[in-house]
Parts: sequence; structure tokens; C-alpha cells
Amino acid sequence: MKKQILTLIFSILPTFAFAAGGGVHLDSAPIDISDMDSVKRGAKHFVDYCFSCHGAEYMRYNRIARDTGMTDAELREELIFTTNEKGEPTKVGSLMKVAMTDDYAKKAFGTAVPDLTLTARARGADWLYTYLRTFYVDPYRPTGMNNLVFADVSMPNVLSSLQGMQKAVYKKETRQGVEVEYVDHLELAQPGSMSAEEFDAFVADLVNFMVYLGEPVQNERRSLGIKVLIFLVIFFVFAYMLKKEYWKDVH
Amino acid sequence: MSTDVVDKGKRRFLTAATSVVGAVGAGFVAVPFVASWMPSERAKNAGAPVEADISKLEEGRMMIVEWQSKPVWIVRRSQQMLDSLPKLTGNLRDPDSANADQQPEYAQNEHRSRKPEVLVLIGICTHLGCSPTYRPDIAPADLGDEWLGGFFCPCHSSRFDMAGRVYAGVPAPTNLPVPPHYYVTENTILVGEDGGAA
Amino acid sequence: MGKLIGWIDDRFPLMKMWNEHLAEYYAPKNFNFWYFFGSLALLVLVIQIVSGIFLVMHYKPDAELAFASVEYIMRDVPYGWLIRYMHSTGATAFFVVVYLHMLRGLMYGSYKKPRELIWLFGMMIYLALMAEAFMGYLLPWGQMSYWGAQVIISLFGAIPVVGEDLTLWIRGDFVISDATLNRFFSLHVIALPLVLIFLVVAHILALHEVGSNNPDGVEIKKNKDENGIPLDGIPFHPYYTVKDIVGVVVFLFFFATVMFFFPDGGGYLLEHANFIASDPLKTPEHIAPVWYFTPFYAILRAVPDKLLGVGAMGAAIVLLFFMPWIDRCKVKSIRYRSNIYKINLAVFVVSFVILGWLAMQHVTSTITLLSQIFSLLYFGFFVVLFITSKNEETKPVPDRVTE
Repeated sequence: MKKQILTLIFSILPTFAFAAGGGVHLDSAPIDISDMDSVKRGAKHFVDYCFSCHGAEYMRYNRIARDTGMTDAELREELIFTTNEKGEPTKVGSLMKVAMTDDYAKKAFGTAVPDLTLTARARGADWLYTYLRTFYVDPYRPTGMNNLVFADVSMPNVLSSLQGMQKAVYKKETRQGVEVEYVDHLELAQPGSMSAEEFDAFVADLVNFMVYLGEPVQNERRSLGIKVLIFLVIFFVFAYMLKKEYWKDVH
Repeated sequence: MSTDVVDKGKRRFLTAATSVVGAVGAGFVAVPFVASWMPSERAKNAGAPVEADISKLEEGRMMIVEWQSKPVWIVRRSQQMLDSLPKLTGNLRDPDSANADQQPEYAQNEHRSRKPEVLVLIGICTHLGCSPTYRPDIAPADLGDEWLGGFFCPCHSSRFDMAGRVYAGVPAPTNLPVPPHYYVTENTILVGEDGGAA
Repeated sequence: MGKLIGWIDDRFPLMKMWNEHLAEYYAPKNFNFWYFFGSLALLVLVIQIVSGIFLVMHYKPDAELAFASVEYIMRDVPYGWLIRYMHSTGATAFFVVVYLHMLRGLMYGSYKKPRELIWLFGMMIYLALMAEAFMGYLLPWGQMSYWGAQVIISLFGAIPVVGEDLTLWIRGDFVISDATLNRFFSLHVIALPLVLIFLVVAHILALHEVGSNNPDGVEIKKNKDENGIPLDGIPFHPYYTVKDIVGVVVFLFFFATVMFFFPDGGGYLLEHANFIASDPLKTPEHIAPVWYFTPFYAILRAVPDKLLGVGAMGAAIVLLFFMPWIDRCKVKSIRYRSNIYKINLAVFVVSFVILGWLAMQHVTSTITLLSQIFSLLYFGFFVVLFITSKNEETKPVPDRVTE
């Protein structure tokens, strides 16, 4: 009987694994969601490099300010560069919408530009961290670039000025009697303005921000959870003593 | 089942203690549900302070901006309008703006405004919440000879003068409220904040 | 106080109900761990109804607005995130306690005479719960909501002759659309909760009419004292109320752990693809139903024929309704039954769990073969039970409950 209980419990709590598409190895993202300075740097990178095309339309600017300890004035200074439909300055409590329409994006990139609010929840931090660092030169693509984890991606490598240009080193292998060529690893062909370590740290901050963006309440959620569990332990002590006392009657 | 050695005091204490802890827990559980009825971030953003540019507002004219989904009136009063204010004192319920709830301290003066000529009011009648009409005309046929310009509520005929002060003998109980506001620049008003100088 | 109760009692059976269902409802004194899950299921029902009521205050059942309104709840509504996670964790918790509650019934023969109706009401609750969960899952309007509903509704297309028209009628459109979302919303928040509450009341009334079973499967009403009180019975209140409070606190500890620390359960409770707004033109790479439906989904996938697959899946559920008549053994509790029954039940439970796991895997020929084997074992339980239970070799059942 004990065994049945155990198997049942294990079926309820499955192993927490992230499904990676395509079977490509993903680098583990070195991020710490409680590090609000990193989130703040990531927010700046996000606005500088992603936000001209991608929106974060479920997120409000002043939520970032509140969670990372910025004032409204700092927020206006560092993160808000847009105006609303009437040309007035964007309010600090506005949603982080982007001006580019889906129609325009389809003409420019052949596809609508996805909103990034929830991308970290849909794809996972490791995927993002790997994706942003594995663009490589591929002359057969319209943008001239391809990506290891997102094959035939439409997005150009917006971080290439920082990272530099990577080129793929191919290897050949015979699979099921057919010779296939695959990317073995990437090599830096032309350096960018950052060293590899600086660039990895830059992407880590950006990914950290995007994980925060996916669920801004997560730090608060965990700290509230600990208080709730402590309360339940206290409640348990009383409830258990009460039960023991009454069940003295039952023989 | 036997009930021979029951410590009634202990039992009563444990029942009470568990009930108290349980009640505290229920209280905590109620917090998120009750709090969820408070204005959301979207509502707060819609109700955030708004800027009004009054550089193009001509003398004697009124403009309306929306703040917290309520109409806020901004009137650039003429000298003649300002001159009319002291003449009405006898006809008003609260001529000296004694009721401090109806305006910030900086508007608790004869003209009920920061700058004498610029009037800022929340355009909601203090009677039952209609929005009164702006009637700057003097002694029109429908409002009578004593009318020196002001605001008239079409719902229940409440009357207010050119400083939003309520006339005596109308349903509205108090003067029209002045929202918190301050001048960011000479011609820009931020409605919704006092600017620290209350 | 006494006067007020007297006043009410002259007009409404308040004390009568209190006594019948709590203070003078005599329950066997030997309930074990497995007997917590009935009251826990009731608790989860309350959690779902309360959190659901508050979600409806902010949610928009509109294909254009639904996805954004969920994120609005998660970000803009004060504590909206907590209420939403409470509801999503509650859905999983509901099935956890209901599955354990059903397993208890199987182990101790709680479906047997005179408790057949309790079991039937319980099975109807389970069906209503599945419908409730399925329709609720469409409401966030993400990719998994959309495509999950698409697949499940298409199952009805397997029914001969009327199938295609039926799916059209259920959707109210040629694809899952705003019309589908609106009708599912109505059923999820009004119709099915009403049905559930009605069935739960019927389930409890039937139980209190015949009295609770227990781990020994002994009828405590056969041995009464001079006042007509069962010798092995204790009043539900206070003894089982104080005991159930302990169970509730322990349950809430697990519930809060999931809700506050693993609300998406690594993608098993809130699936990753459901964080992408629904897109009728693009199916997610990997579709699996939420864990509580997976065993039946595996049976569906195991059968290489659409109609037969749907039939097998339906039979897997319908057969459970007939447990009181499939199991012909007079002895209730597993404690006094044969090893054949013990092994049979163990194989059934293990098959159910493994089928659940298989449905989450990408289909390969091995996975399909395994699904077929365990589907056969699942159905084999009922066959073996029907054949062996008639003349089963059982141990002597005691007169009184054991400790």
C-alpha cells in the first residue's frame, strides 16, 4: 500500500524539467532574480536594444521603477523615450507598448514581431540566454544571420555591435547512410565592442530582466509564501494538540 | 468511549486557542480578496495627474481636462468676473470657503485659486453628481437678473458663482471642490498633485 | 443565544440538521489517513468557488480581450496574482484529492451495498469536474487553451453520422472562436458549479443516510448500545471536526507550497505554451493535456482508430460507474480480501499512473506499444475483478472494527 501512495505522489509531482525545442544544448543562464540592480541594468538594455521593435504590452513602466527602486524622474530619464498617440509624453503608469504595427512588421521582417512580456515564461531563461548569444553569419538568410537554437530566425542580430560577428564551424557526419553537415560550434570572426565575458554579463542582465518581466510579482510571491508556511506550522501545533486532547476519549 | 478524566479547562483553552489562530488565518485570507476591489494599476494610471497647457486659453473661456475620469474645469477669468465675486457674498452659503474639505489651503482665498485669474475646479455638482454648465453671460433670461456669471446645474438647478461657490437656497450643499494642482511652468498646470507646496 | 436558536428551530430545522450531520452523526472510530480526502475535496470546492467569483470580477470572456485580461489580473489587480494562482493550483489540488478519495473507495469497497448511490453520485461529480476543468482551461485563451480545446472537441467528430455537426454545434463556429469562449465561460462559472454543488449535497445526504464505511468494511450499525448508538461510532463533531482541521492544515501547507513556490509546476500546471496568446494558424510543438486527463488521453492515443479510440477512452471512465456490480465479492475491505484482488488493484493503480506519464511523452513506437500494454492492464482490472470476485477466497471479517 505504501508503494502505491509513493507512486501516486510521484505522478503528481513530476520532475521539473524545461522542454527545449530541437534538442539543442542550452547554456544555463547565470541569473539571480532577487538581484534588482541586475534587473535594472537589464531593463535599460531592453529599452535600448529590444524595445524599438518588441513591445511589453502587459507591463507598466512604473512597475519597474517601483520594484527596482527608481523615482518617477529617473524612470522618465532612463527608460521612457516614447510619446502617446496624441504626441504627449508617455505617462509613467503606461503600458510598455511599441509603435510598430503588425502590418509594418510583416512587410519589414516577413512576420509579426512578438510581444516580449511573457517570452521568458514561454521559452525559459536558458533558451533566451543561449538564443541571444548564438547568432552566426549565414549568407543564405535574408538578414545574413542564422541562430543555433532558433533556426531560420527572422530577427537580425541587434547585439552584433557588442558581441561581434560569429561564424559557424561545420562538421560532416554520416547518418543513416547520408552525409549531413551540421554546426559543431561558433567562432568569433570579428570582435565587437565587448569582450566575451562582458557580453555574457550583458545578456545575463537582459535575460534576468525578461524573467522578471514575465512575472514581476515573483519575489514578493516567495517572501509572502514563507510567511504563510510559518503561520500554518503554528496553526498545526494548536490544531494537533486540540485533536490529541479530544481523542483521549476514544478507546 | 469514556469521559472519566477530561480536563475541561485544557480542552476549553485549546479550543479557544485554535479558534483564535484559525480566525487570524481567515482574516489573512480575506486580505487579498478585499484588496482586489481597490483601484487596479490601470485605474491608477488613468487617474494619474494630468498636465494642462493653458497658454492658448483666452480670457473668459473655459477648458476641460479629464482627471480620474472626472471633468476638471480651467477658466481664465476676466477682471470683470473677478470684480463680481465680492458683490455676491450675501447670496452664498459659504462665501469665505470655510469648509476646508472643498479646496486645498492654497485655494482657500477670495478667488479660490492659486493665481487670481485662473480658476481650477472639479466640474461635478456637490448635490448628486451631475456636471453643471458654464454660464459666463450676465443676467440671461433663464437665470434671472441677479446672475453675474457662474455655473448652473441642469439637473436640480443648483447655482455656483465664478469661483465655484454655491448660492444659498439651492440643493447643492457645498462649494465646488478645487482639485490639488500646481504650476509646473507659467502656462502648464499639473492637476492631481500639490507640488509639495500645499 | 439559546432563545434565538429556539426561535429559529420553530421555523427552520437548524439544530436538527446540526445533529443529523455533525453532532449526532456517528462515524466509525477507525478512520485512517485515507478518510481525510472527502472533507478536503469539499474545502477545495469552496476555494475554487470563492477564488473563481473574484476572478470573474476582472476577467473578460472575449476572444480579443481574454488573454490580456488574465495578465491584467496577474499584474494590475491588487493581489490578483494570488487569486489566480489559488484557482489554478486549486484545479490540480481538486483532482489530487478526488483521485485519492476514489482510490480509498476502491480499497475499502465503499461502493458496495448499501452505498451504490454514493458511488454513482461521486462518479457524476468526477465527470462534472472533468467538464468544469476542461472548460475552465479554455478561458486564459493561450495556445494550449486553444489547441487543447480544439483536440478534445474534435473527439466528438468521431461519433458516426452526427459527429461533424456535433462539433460544429459545440463550437458555434468552424473553429474554436469567441462564440466557443463565451459559452464555455457561462458553463464554467454558472451551470457546472450549480450541478457540482447539487451533486455534492446528494453525495453527502446519501452518505449520512446509510453511514460511513471504514477501513475494516464493518457495518458499525450492527452493534449498538442500549441508546441505539453504534458501539464503534463516535460523533462526527467534535472528534472528526478536530481531526479534519489537522488534515486541512497539513493539506494547506502543501497547497501553499505549490501556490507560492511552484505555481506553474515546471510547465505541468500552467503550461509554457499557454503564455503565448492563442493563434488559430499555429499549433504548439507539443500538445499534452493537463496531468489529470493524461491517463485517458494515453488510452485514446493507444488505439489506432479514431472511433475505437474515443470509445475506449469513454469506456475507461464509464466502467468505473459499474464498480458496485462488477465487484461481486461480499467482503468490502482490501484487508480481508484475496491476494488476487490486492495485486489486481495494485496493477490497476500503477497502470493508471504510467498511462498518465506516457501521454506526456512524444509519440514513438515504443511509447505507443507501452500505452497499449498498460491500457490492456487498465481494462484487465475490471475483467479479472468480475471473474474472480464471485467466488473469492477471503479472510474472516471481524464483528467489530479493529484499531
